[in-house]
Order: sequence, then C-alpha cells, then structure tokens
Amino acid sequence: MREVLARLTGVSSTNLKVKERVEVLHNLDLEVPAGDFIAIMGPSGSGKTTLLNLLGGLDKPTSGKVQVGDAELSSMSNSQLSHWRSTNVGFIFQFYNLLPVLSAQKNVELPLLLTNFNGKERAKRARIALDIVGLGDRASHYPRELSGGQEQRVAIARAIVSDPTLLLCDEPTGDLDRETAVEILTLLQILNREHGKTIIMVTHDAQAAEFANRTMICDKGTLEHQEAA
Amino acid sequence: MKYLGLIWKNVWRKKIRTSLTILSVFVAFLLFALLSGIGYAFKGGQDAASADRLIVIDKVSLINMLPMAYKNRIASTPGVQAVTHASWFGGFYQDQRNQFPQFPVDPYEYMSLYPELKLPQEQLEAWARNRTGAIIGSEIAERFGIEVGDRVPIQATIWTKADGSRTWEFDVEGIFSTDDPRGATAYMLFQYDYFDEARAFAKGQVGWYIIGVAPGTDGAQLANAVDTQFANSPNETKTSTEQAFAASFAKQFGNIGMIVMLILGAVFFTLLLVSGNTMSQSVRERISELAVMKTLGFSDQSVLGVVLSESILIMSIGGLLGLGVGWVLVQGVAQQMSAFLPGVYLSPQAMLVAVGIIVGAGIVAGMFPAMKAMRLSIIDALARA
Repeated sequence: MREVLARLTGVSSTNLKVKERVEVLHNLDLEVPAGDFIAIMGPSGSGKTTLLNLLGGLDKPTSGKVQVGDAELSSMSNSQLSHWRSTNVGFIFQFYNLLPVLSAQKNVELPLLLTNFNGKERAKRARIALDIVGLGDRASHYPRELSGGQEQRVAIARAIVSDPTLLLCDEPTGDLDRETAVEILTLLQILNREHGKTIIMVTHDAQAAEFANRTMICDKGTLEHQEAA
Repeated sequence: MKYLGLIWKNVWRKKIRTSLTILSVFVAFLLFALLSGIGYAFKGGQDAASADRLIVIDKVSLINMLPMAYKNRIASTPGVQAVTHASWFGGFYQDQRNQFPQFPVDPYEYMSLYPELKLPQEQLEAWARNRTGAIIGSEIAERFGIEVGDRVPIQATIWTKADGSRTWEFDVEGIFSTDDPRGATAYMLFQYDYFDEARAFAKGQVGWYIIGVAPGTDGAQLANAVDTQFANSPNETKTSTEQAFAASFAKQFGNIGMIVMLILGAVFFTLLLVSGNTMSQSVRERISELAVMKTLGFSDQSVLGVVLSESILIMSIGGLLGLGVGWVLVQGVAQQMSAFLPGVYLSPQAMLVAVGIIVGAGIVAGMFPAMKAMRLSIIDALARA
C-alpha cells in the first residue's frame, strides 16, 4: 500500500460567473498515492483545471479539505501557499508560459531565485534539469528560438528544478503535434518512473491519457468514473 | 540582488519604449541640474553671506549713497565690533560684454571683515600701499588671464573722473580666492581713497556700510539701534543682516526660487505621467508572466518589489545620467557666466534632493502598476492567457 501524497475530502468549489455562483466541484473525494501518474479527462467546464488549481494551492475550496503531504492547503494563507508551491509542486502549462526575455537556462533558474542557492548553484541545478529533459545544448537559447516541443521541455525542466514531489500538468500536449506530444509524454513517464514524481495531468486527449497509470473522468463537478490504465 | 538580472531583462523588454522613457527622465534631471545650479547662484549669495555682518543702506534705495561721516557714528554704536564701507562701481574690462562687479573699499578694514577671502599678506600690504592698486578674484583672473603686476583699465559706466575721463586704471597687486564653494570671487576690489579723490561727483559718500557684530550682541537690536541714530536725518538708514540684504538684492530679479520650482514641478509631473504609463503598459502586456511567477512561488510582495524595482531602475538610469551630464554642464556654465552670474553651482544638497526625487518618482510611477501586479489573481490571469 503506497503512501497517500494528496487527499481531497468533501471538496466543493464555486466560481462567480456573471453575478451567479456556479458550483464547479461538488463534494469531491480523491486520494493520490505518492508516485502515481493520473490522467484526468473530461469535457470543458467539468472542473478539471479547478481540481488542478486546488491541488497546486492556487485556489481554495469553498468547503472541504485539501491535503498535500503534510500541508493542509485549505487553511494556509496566500504567502504560506506561495512558499509551499515554490518547494513542493511543479506546474506545466499547455502554452509553456516561459518568460520571453529570459534564456532557457534563466527560465529554469527562475524558481531557484526563491531559494538560498547562490548564482553558481542555481546555474548548476538548472543545467542538470535541462540535461534531464534533453536540452542541455539549448541553455542559452531564448523561447522564440525554440520549437513548441522544446519550449515545453524547458517548462518541464523549470517544473522539476526545485525537485518537487508533485507535478501538475494542464494540457501539456494540447499545443503540440502528435510526434512531439509523444516525446513529452514519454518524458513525463520517465520523470514518474525513474525520478519518482507524482504526476497529475489534465488532458482532453485519450492517447495522452494512456501514458498515465490510471485515468479519472471528471464530469459535472464530480469524479464519476475511474479506470485502470 | 539575485533578482537584478530578472529586473534588468524586464526593463529592456521593449528597448525603444524604455530608451525613450529613460531619455525623458534624462532630460528632466538635466534640467533639474542646470536650474538648480543657476538657482543656487541667486540663492547662493544668501547662503554664503554671514549672519554676523550687518549691511547699512539708504532707507529709500540702495542707489542713494550715505555720507562718509556716518562711519564714526556707526562705529561708536554699542555692539559694533568693526565697520567699513563699499560702493558699487559698475565698469567693464576692454569690452562691454566683460562686465563684472568692482567695489572701492578700504583694504585692511574690508579684508578683516571678510576673513573667508584668502589673500596673501604681502599682496594685501602691496595693495594698501598703492593708491591705484586693486585685487581681483581668482575667477576673474582665470577668465581674463590677468596676473599680479598687470595694469588693468576699467571703463566706468557711472563714475566719470574729475578730468572727464571714464577710463580708470588699476595695478593688480593680488588675487584673492575662497575655500567656500558657495562664495563668489568674480569681482574686483580697489582703494576707496583713489576712487573718492578721482571721481567727479558724490565725493565723501559711500554705497553702504558693513558692520561686524560684536560677539554676544543681538544683530536685530543693533540694526535697530543704528537705524534709530539716523532717524529723521536727510539719509535715513535701513540696516539688515548680510543674508537679508543678499536676499533682497536677489529679489530684484524676481522670485527665482519659485520660478525654478514651478518649471521643475511641471517637468516632474509630466515625467511621472510618462514613466507611469511605461510601467502600466509593461505590466499589462505581461499579466500571464506575472501569474506564472506567482504560480512558481513568488509572493505578492516579491512581485510588487520586482515591478517597483523596474520603475526605480528606469528612473535611476535616466536620472543619474541626467545629473552626471548636468553636473558637467553646470561646471561649464559656471565658468562662462562667472562674470554675469557668479556662484552657479550644483550643490551636494541639490544632488541629494535629486537622488531622493529619483527614488520617490520611481516609487510613485511604479506603485499603481506594481499594486496591480501584486493583486493579480493567478487563476484569472492564467485563464486569460
């Protein structure tokens, strides 16, 4: 029996849309074992991204508890959540969201600015992360000089550079062609299997979901269906 | 310091926009330096003036002269340590453009009341021995290349000589200087005895008296005592401290300080709008990047600090460049204008004020965009990206 890394208990979340409260997640329970790789699928507006935001401490539930590791996220202040995110979770976005004014190396170093590492140590760790994603030779390149797949690899390097236990991926292959998407998903698999990262990936793509250990279906604010990968 | 690279990169994200903003800041602080330097020339006389010296002038106007006979009566007033006199000569050297002040004075009395003027003792004695002798300030000597021993003709604009000539010739016996950066040395002093003997009119009269106040004496009371002595006489007097005298003299040119303040106020207000707009645009176009930074763990305060630092950095680059170039220009202006407007000087206090304005304007210009960045909702910003 693996240790549970993330646990959602009776979580509900409502959003204010045009002066009307809409319940996005309804009384949701979820346990994510450490080292798992979960794909969450579902139609648009089903609450997938909200679920990811709650697990990443970007949002707080209207009710219920969100626990990741030892941290009770739902009761933490914004500054506590910021600090927690900097060391415990890595985010990977659909559109990479790299800073265009920084080179690949400096983009990867960005989260390390929040640590006490000196410049040399930050550079060394960023270089290792870039090597892991296979872009050690592109460290000095700027995002505009990289392909979409390479940009996403840099984003993955940025997500893992502070060695978080949890990686949250929001449509990580949504902007990539099939071949590149497979490369990225394979990389995520490697990070899960060889580096022990717990990965939760939101996707619309059933083929992408096959790279996960299991898939969960999010619909109308609940996790309705689970199946083994 | 570890954020400096990030801040620097963000500042130069739009090179042309940042360069133009820096240029506007540069021009504003260049103007600040020049106006401060010139404003100082008007105000500097007051600052350099001593509060321990009183000036006695005619009550009606500085133009009216006072009888020489007043000297002994003033000297006998309790609280007067020393008294001397000076008069306005108003001449030019070689060409009408070469105007600088000249004053006929008593050498020993005058120099003992102005200890801040540095003149070698032998030069003072040589000047006192020679009735047509004169001493010139180092600024005048440097500007016209005049040396000790030179004979200098001065064309009078007011004082015709008894023989009808307007050319007064003086032997330069010394060159005085001052250690006080606010003190002017762009003038000439010569012997009153020669002046009084040779002039065609107003003999036995002086422009104003200078009183050295005895230690422990209340200057205001002494001024009152002097003026009371000459009340209801044909030449009533108005006595004030040298600082007040210098201030009223400067006011003849208008309220320079106020004019400088108004110009700079308008310039800095415009500057705030320009740089505030730059920062607002800069934040608006990278909302998603700021949201990503927050997602990575940058706190609200860190994001606020980064944006504010960018604003202060832009202001600092332009401001310090403007002050630097302004300082060099003020040196040049001071040299060129020393005869007409002595004391043009960019003081350390003005530089400190400018640095304060740089930081303050950087904070004000960046505050609203920085607050916007700080309050940014990660989820809303990422959803919009």
